[in-house]
Amino acid sequence: MTIQAALMPDGRRLHLQHGPIDLVIEAWGAPDEIMAAYRQAMVAFQTVLPGLVTELALLRRPLPATGSLPQAEDAIARNMVAACAPYRQDFITPMVAVAGAVADHVLAALRRHRVLTKAYVNNGGDIACWIGTGTQLDCGLVTDLLSPRVTGIFHLTPEMQIGGIATSGAPSKGSGGRSFSLGIADAVTVLATDAATADAAATVIANAVDLPSHPAIGRVPADSIDPDSDLGDRLITLSVPVLRASEVAAALERGRARAEALCASGMIAAAVLALQGEIRLCGSLLQRHLAA
Amino acid sequence: MTSASDLPDTRGSTDTPSEQALAAAKAKAEEIVTCDACPVLCRIRLGKTGACDRYGNIDGRLVRMSPLVVTQRVLDEKGAVVPFLGHDWDGQLVPGAETFVTGIGAGTTYPDYKPAPFIVGSEVEGVDMVTVVTEGIFSYCGVKVKIDTDRFIGPEQAAVRVNGEQVGHVTTAEYGSQMLALGGVRHLTGGSKKEGTVTCDTMLTLCNKGAVEMTIDGGTSLRVQAGKPPVIDGQEEHRMRVGCGSATIGIFAQQWRDHVDEVIVVDDHITGVLSEHQAGRFLDMKPAGIRVRGRKSTPGRYFQVANPGTGWGGTDITDPLAIIEKISPETAWPGLRLLMVSTTGEHHAYFVLDERLRPQPAPMPAAIAKVVERIGENCEPALCTVLFMGGAGGSLRAGVTENPIRLTRSVQQALTRVTCGGAPVYVWPGGGITLMVDVTEMPDNAFGYVPTPALVAPIEFTMRRSDYEVMGGHMGFVRPVAGIRQGQVQAISWRSDQPWPLDPLNGQGSSGT
Repeated sequence: MTIQAALMPDGRRLHLQHGPIDLVIEAWGAPDEIMAAYRQAMVAFQTVLPGLVTELALLRRPLPATGSLPQAEDAIARNMVAACAPYRQDFITPMVAVAGAVADHVLAALRRHRVLTKAYVNNGGDIACWIGTGTQLDCGLVTDLLSPRVTGIFHLTPEMQIGGIATSGAPSKGSGGRSFSLGIADAVTVLATDAATADAAATVIANAVDLPSHPAIGRVPADSIDPDSDLGDRLITLSVPVLRASEVAAALERGRARAEALCASGMIAAAVLALQGEIRLCGSLLQRHLAA
Repeated sequence: MTSASDLPDTRGSTDTPSEQALAAAKAKAEEIVTCDACPVLCRIRLGKTGACDRYGNIDGRLVRMSPLVVTQRVLDEKGAVVPFLGHDWDGQLVPGAETFVTGIGAGTTYPDYKPAPFIVGSEVEGVDMVTVVTEGIFSYCGVKVKIDTDRFIGPEQAAVRVNGEQVGHVTTAEYGSQMLALGGVRHLTGGSKKEGTVTCDTMLTLCNKGAVEMTIDGGTSLRVQAGKPPVIDGQEEHRMRVGCGSATIGIFAQQWRDHVDEVIVVDDHITGVLSEHQAGRFLDMKPAGIRVRGRKSTPGRYFQVANPGTGWGGTDITDPLAIIEKISPETAWPGLRLLMVSTTGEHHAYFVLDERLRPQPAPMPAAIAKVVERIGENCEPALCTVLFMGGAGGSLRAGVTENPIRLTRSVQQALTRVTCGGAPVYVWPGGGITLMVDVTEMPDNAFGYVPTPALVAPIEFTMRRSDYEVMGGHMGFVRPVAGIRQGQVQAISWRSDQPWPLDPLNGQGSSGT
């Protein structure tokens, strides 16, 4: 068992870790209910990684552009496939939604039959949340993963019907972790009804923030770093030079167009795109509610 | 309120993947390592890490990137340390050896959650000891660098830069050394984002015994690495001066007296002139009438004979005769033998005054060359020393006790010993727990960082169990040292030149006060 479960030093939040999955969980309500909810989350967590591992081959394969979708047995894997299906016209693998789908799954287990006022499951920045009537969840926005600093706060209320917040962008791991991006965004944050949907959309939009032929952007085949990457030999971004203002604007515009289309279709509620100090907001929700 | 003890303990060793899956994953390319720490079975290329970033492929071996480091020793009957660690020893725990758990690898996860710190109980000479082990996140920290050189590296207060960002400044010089003060909260968090990142990276590299290239405004470029000679403007410094110019005169006056009429030791700080110097007069040397430039301090000692630089004795002088203001015809005489030398002996020249009292270069007699050589012989190797300095007086203390001020007092009363990675530290008197530690005394790669930015440093507090209880320590979390298991840890050999961190303390005050 490598599964670790521990309350954090603050005595409020629960930390669950298994292999590459790190969850930070917090629930509000009566102490007994919180404890029972945490126990439920821990029990559900035991089978998360083993379940996903059995589906890894399926999850790493690109979805077919047409025809029937692959059928997974694992519940989380099924949600990953569903979250990615809208993007199947282009290259996409269900792996893009893994973090969000895990967060959704654990949040659902945490809430089952429990009386809570609000709760969230944060899976390394991809967050599943539930906000009860009369409460709000304040969520800090970080627009540069390499130098984290809160640049804005979302005040999420139940009426907004936000159940997922996901951020994609430059890999934040120093020694070569595996959060690869095909684009050059510092960060793209998406708000949606669930975390898997937000996760998939954030990845797609972050990939769209790009300057495809820019010679100074460092790119290498994904499998030169991770031999089993679901991205195969596609070029992933390693380094982005300081860009001219016009280049930043052009790259963000590509992403913004993609994000606006997703907002218009109702797939996501809002998106924030950040590149080298410039920010673009998409979706009417944000214009009204982002308090910087 | 809930507590961690309400939750089942699910910490444990690795869960084993199915043998089939493992065999299939391993039967692939050579330089790829398959990680079996969890069921994902990441295949990791050379020099990369797996999906979790906790395990990596170093030289074709699967390595826990930040294992908990323990240090061990075995004593023979006479109390001498038995060397039990051969070169091929693989970092496994040695059964039966005394074990001290360091903070290295105890927990570093960012943003602010960490596994509860290790609180380890052990019995030493019949006394129950407790060590609280953690990795502190030091927002308030800096690095003091001592560079053994007389060369001018830049004016006091000048900015020290790495990649163009200011990471610190030149501070007051010490004996035979230039000093830098790097890091600090203002550069870490008070300036631009890049300034903070570069400052953090500079401190991290220096503390982990790596080399950093830096430049000083109005000064030189530098390459600094703990325990290694400094490289100044591309030139490696070899010797630390034997003393200032005046001290050099004092040390060698007697050895020179019978072979020369005058010796001038060129030094940016205090240039010494033998015949005028107290030492020369004691030896009844005749005044030579050679007056050097600069401001006379006391007889035979001169300040500011030239500008600071990288030439003779830390001045900008390349021709030593340039510091001679005049040669008095009343006092000097033709044939007068003059030695000019720097405080390290690296620069030296011998002259004889001609008929018109002009110094003419001449071959240096062997007897004098021997003394010049002896100056060099008496110089210590020039090194860079790096001291990490940080304040552990903040919230870190809450991981030790519910009542943090009691930890501070216990440290101040020497009831609690503070170590960093097992290495002894100096705790500043006065408020707080502000400590300094020589990074070369610490295990390799003991430091980490968080992107705040701030440095992460191992820190251990060791005290008697009874004192820990009195302090309001987390008694329920004390676990026996024997519970530290193989596989979770990397064991390293204790450095026998250091005090064993678990040796009983003899602080002032007693338990219960």
